[in-house]
Amino acid sequence: MKLNLKVWRQKNNKDEGRYEAHTVEATGDMSFLEMMDVLNEQLISEKKEPVAFEHDCREGICGSCNMVINGKPHGPQQGTTTCQLHMRHFNDGDSIAIEPFRSAAFPVIKDLVVDRSAFDHIIQAGGYISVNTGQAPDGNAIPIEKDLAGQSFDAATCIGCGACVAACPNGSAMLFTSAKVAHLGLLPQGKVEHTKRVKNMVDTMDKEGFGMCSNIGACEVECPKEISIENIAMMNRSYLASVFGGRE
Amino acid sequence: MLSIHSILRGIIFYNNMNWIINFLTSSIGKKLVMSLTGLFLITFLPVHLLGNLLLLKGDGGEAFNTYAYFMTNNPLIKFTSYGLYFFILLHAVQGVLLAWQNKKSKGKKSLVNTYTNKTWASNNMALLGILIFAFLCIHMGDFWFKMKFTNRIDIIDSYAGYEGVGIKDLYSRVSLAFKQLWIVLVYLIGLAAMAFHLLHGFASAFQTLGINHKKYTPIIKLLGIGYSILIPLGFAIIPVIMFFK
Repeated sequence: MKLNLKVWRQKNNKDEGRYEAHTVEATGDMSFLEMMDVLNEQLISEKKEPVAFEHDCREGICGSCNMVINGKPHGPQQGTTTCQLHMRHFNDGDSIAIEPFRSAAFPVIKDLVVDRSAFDHIIQAGGYISVNTGQAPDGNAIPIEKDLAGQSFDAATCIGCGACVAACPNGSAMLFTSAKVAHLGLLPQGKVEHTKRVKNMVDTMDKEGFGMCSNIGACEVECPKEISIENIAMMNRSYLASVFGGRE
Repeated sequence: MLSIHSILRGIIFYNNMNWIINFLTSSIGKKLVMSLTGLFLITFLPVHLLGNLLLLKGDGGEAFNTYAYFMTNNPLIKFTSYGLYFFILLHAVQGVLLAWQNKKSKGKKSLVNTYTNKTWASNNMALLGILIFAFLCIHMGDFWFKMKFTNRIDIIDSYAGYEGVGIKDLYSRVSLAFKQLWIVLVYLIGLAAMAFHLLHGFASAFQTLGINHKKYTPIIKLLGIGYSILIPLGFAIIPVIMFFK
């Protein structure tokens, strides 16, 4: 199939950036990234600079392959990362606009690559357990309710790609932060430091310049791992409990 | 220079109350203010509507005028009304500030604008809020201001039990206003904006408070939809009926 691409080109953070038009011959079995590879090989053979984009695992678990495809982070397919999106979801002659994730907290490094260190800082503020949990306990030594374990696991599927921030008209990172908070805070080892963790992670999130949540829900629709905004409500609750019930 | 601001900060630091400021300037704290003030305004609307429905009683305005007299003279209501003005302003100012900050946080928007919105209203709360505020200015300028600060409303002394107390004939002022088509249209536009604002705001206030529950959230959402349609509709029938009367 023949595709008319409009790819975002931007030299660095200071550059204004612009769309560049290209035509690419792709097949339905290609993943979106493989189609991008074809484009880059084409550009290299024309002695032009290839399009910079991030990618790593190409199996939907690393959260690197971030791009906004026709206005949607990770493209039109629900619950799918860009690398798992296949060209069979497009038709011959389609025009596809490809942009980087947009948010003031994610400055563009080059073309489609953005700097997501802000997420690292949020993780550094509380995405760990620092109480001594001893050696690995025997299986099932700590009873955990199935639903709770499931809920924590659902939150843990967050790959930290940042699609929530890109989808949010406010550039808010509440879905990401709340997924991390729920993932750790629902299980016994993580529960101990839950309130302190929520406080530290939310405060860091604010400091990084992310916007505020106005409960639009675009994040949970665009999330490739379909994380629910129920987690955000849980984080709101925990933050209030931490501020009014905590000692600090 | 010793300013009020520095004295206040001194008191707050000295008493280790800095956490209050930190909370109120945190993202979740700012949203909590929006949620609580919003819920307060939501409790006000049905009360306001019930009183206004007296306009349709068809008794030449006696019930409505004596009700308006009670509302402007009862000390408890007066006290609550100052709270109401304050919360309206707080909700409006905070809302505009948050929208502005959020816009800054987003930075450059996607050039292909197909953001996934669950509802149109949720993405346009600030715009709807500004429309409602503009409507409120017209609404209060026409009735509240004239009632309280001018002599442009006639006094009626003929109501039984209210002789000599000087009841203002707000009813005539209202029916005069609602005979003009453009005022009726302004009200309908303002109320439509309020309906859309509530359509997102009602349920959103609970989510901000951290109330999201498999059993209760569907009930809250349903109540929210019912409220956002019925309350503005209730307000809307008043100018329409009075226009055709």
